[in-house]
Amino acid sequence: MTNAYIILLGGALGLYTLGMVTGFFYLFRPMPQKTLWCKRFIQTGSLVHLLAFLSRCIQVQTLAVTNLHESLSFFALLLALAFLLIGRKTSLPTLGTFISPLLIIFTMWALIIPHAITPQPPILRSFWLPLHVLLSFAGNAFLVLGCIVSVMYLLQEHLIKRKKIKGIFRKLPALQKLDELSYLCLRCGFPLLTLGIISGSVWASFAWGSHWSWDPKETWSLITWLLFAALLHGRMNSGWRGRKASFLTIIGFAAIMFTFLGVNLMLSGLHSYAH
Amino acid sequence: MHIVILGLNHQTAPVATRERLAFTAEELPKVLNRLKKETGLDEVMILSTCNRVELYGICSDLDECRNRLINFLAEYHRIETDSFADNLYFHTDSEAIRHGFRVASSLDSMVVGEPQILGQLKDAFAIAADESGTGLILNRFLHRAFFIAKEVRTRTKIASCAVSVSFAAVELAKKIFGDLNNMKVMLIGAGEMCELAARHFINQGVEQVLVTNRTLIRAQQLAEEFSGIALPFDMFRNHLDQVDIILSSTGAPDYLIHPQDLILALKKRRNRPMFLIDIAVPRDINPKINELDNIYLFDVDDLQDVVTENIDQRHQEAKRAEELVIREVEKFEQWLASLAVTPTIKKLRQQTLEISHQELKKTLAGFSDLSDKEKHRLEAMVNAIANKFLHHPINYLKSHTDDAAAQPATMIREIFKLDKSDNP
Repeated sequence: MTNAYIILLGGALGLYTLGMVTGFFYLFRPMPQKTLWCKRFIQTGSLVHLLAFLSRCIQVQTLAVTNLHESLSFFALLLALAFLLIGRKTSLPTLGTFISPLLIIFTMWALIIPHAITPQPPILRSFWLPLHVLLSFAGNAFLVLGCIVSVMYLLQEHLIKRKKIKGIFRKLPALQKLDELSYLCLRCGFPLLTLGIISGSVWASFAWGSHWSWDPKETWSLITWLLFAALLHGRMNSGWRGRKASFLTIIGFAAIMFTFLGVNLMLSGLHSYAH
Repeated sequence: MHIVILGLNHQTAPVATRERLAFTAEELPKVLNRLKKETGLDEVMILSTCNRVELYGICSDLDECRNRLINFLAEYHRIETDSFADNLYFHTDSEAIRHGFRVASSLDSMVVGEPQILGQLKDAFAIAADESGTGLILNRFLHRAFFIAKEVRTRTKIASCAVSVSFAAVELAKKIFGDLNNMKVMLIGAGEMCELAARHFINQGVEQVLVTNRTLIRAQQLAEEFSGIALPFDMFRNHLDQVDIILSSTGAPDYLIHPQDLILALKKRRNRPMFLIDIAVPRDINPKINELDNIYLFDVDDLQDVVTENIDQRHQEAKRAEELVIREVEKFEQWLASLAVTPTIKKLRQQTLEISHQELKKTLAGFSDLSDKEKHRLEAMVNAIANKFLHHPINYLKSHTDDAAAQPATMIREIFKLDKSDNP
């Protein structure tokens, strides 16, 4: 069972890699049909990934996010699904190319580190766990997707400002579309993140007897949340967009990464059993 | 007689140099008169567009003509000769003919095959013709050029896909805004290029067009054409925040739009991006504007980079057009050469007829009883002898009109003492 799981996960990694190769091949060569292949590979990859994840869930008998390995893998899966969901709404040929390296990094990381099933502390045995983690992770996945879109925006903006109207400029989507998509990711991700934090807080009041205990993960979640709240407010009320919004999204990405991984790897606290 | 073209274009000179040497349409009549007077050229025409400034002329001494034209440019624009001399080209005779035909056929354009240049050349010719700048040779030269341009357009696919500076602007706008459905466009000035770009934008479905011009009537005409709104020229800054795309091509000598104007507009429109296209030379929009966030400014030179990619496709067609042009250059050279022998032919015929008529007069004086009918028949006979006698020498002259043509012409002038009879 474990072997089959690892093989499926490896298969997903292979498909993501093929997606990245075809994606970048398209980016630097005039071959429009290759863009479809990039998306198809990621699509198939995420399907295989989903199978792997479900098999793992059956094994651990809950949402498979009980250790770092599972969390990384689950996050990669959600990122791929968020991409496919957004991709249904708007067709942005090169988005898959830019998202694929991140999928590869997370999946590969998950594969490299120990992936033995960790026995669950009784405190985590609650329906709040899947709810809290699913909401937070999904929120983060959208926000990370928004960050990738922002990177694309900054790249395209740089090309237009510098008048480099050749090569990948032709392949990258229109600036306004990228900005709109980044905003869309923010509007999808932020409410999910908010609900994730709230559900965590409710769960904490049951489990630890306190809504908020200023544990590092909580503190950093709050920092991340405040950053994106400021960005959302700026976008809605102050006309923040384009470069400014993109830079903030990327700072937000750094905050997410630190909350998600940095806190667990560097600081210890109530959430540290996820390690 | 030499046909000459002195000038510079987008390939030989940057926009900064071109804008300093450019002439506005308004000053052209004055400039043409001055040019003719100061350089002593027989015929002159000036073509000044955003991509080229060219002086067309007919002269007899090439070196002298070149220096005079350069000095004229330097003196008129009050700039040092050294600052632009390296950017100049000086085409003479067949090279000049070829260049003129290539310009008209849009083979020398920034975007090969773009249609505007023909209109610009026609305008330049109309102004020169009005000012009696052009004469026999340039008139024929330009009419021929217009004809060839039409031939090239219909017989090659050089303009089949509408790629031009104005179309490049549309493509860029799409890369900034995605689709142009809800966009508003402002036209500042009413150049042909501007109009064309506006038409492209309308075809892409922009919502509204605002037009402003120094002459409000012109703005109103254009606005009506585009079902848009005309704005008085001194008011257009108040509307900058409402438009997404600005196309500027006025003849203003200084910048019209400054960073402050746009900072204000951006604030009002909550940073929604704006795309500014400056196709005026000298430029209308301060280039510093491109440093502002959410503002994208392209001038004529920037647009060139955009379209170079599309040029490759057209090069194949352009080759065919070049062949057509070369054939036409040969034909025109023949006509020019025939022009060189025309005075000889005229003189020869004139002298022969004069002699015949003198002799006829003498003979008729001896008869008193001839009827008018008989007199006419004698006259007809004399004319016939003269014409038959001239037939072969004239044909010979006409058929030897290549470069060596001067030789038989000179010989005939000497044999028949044509030049001496000028002062009997």
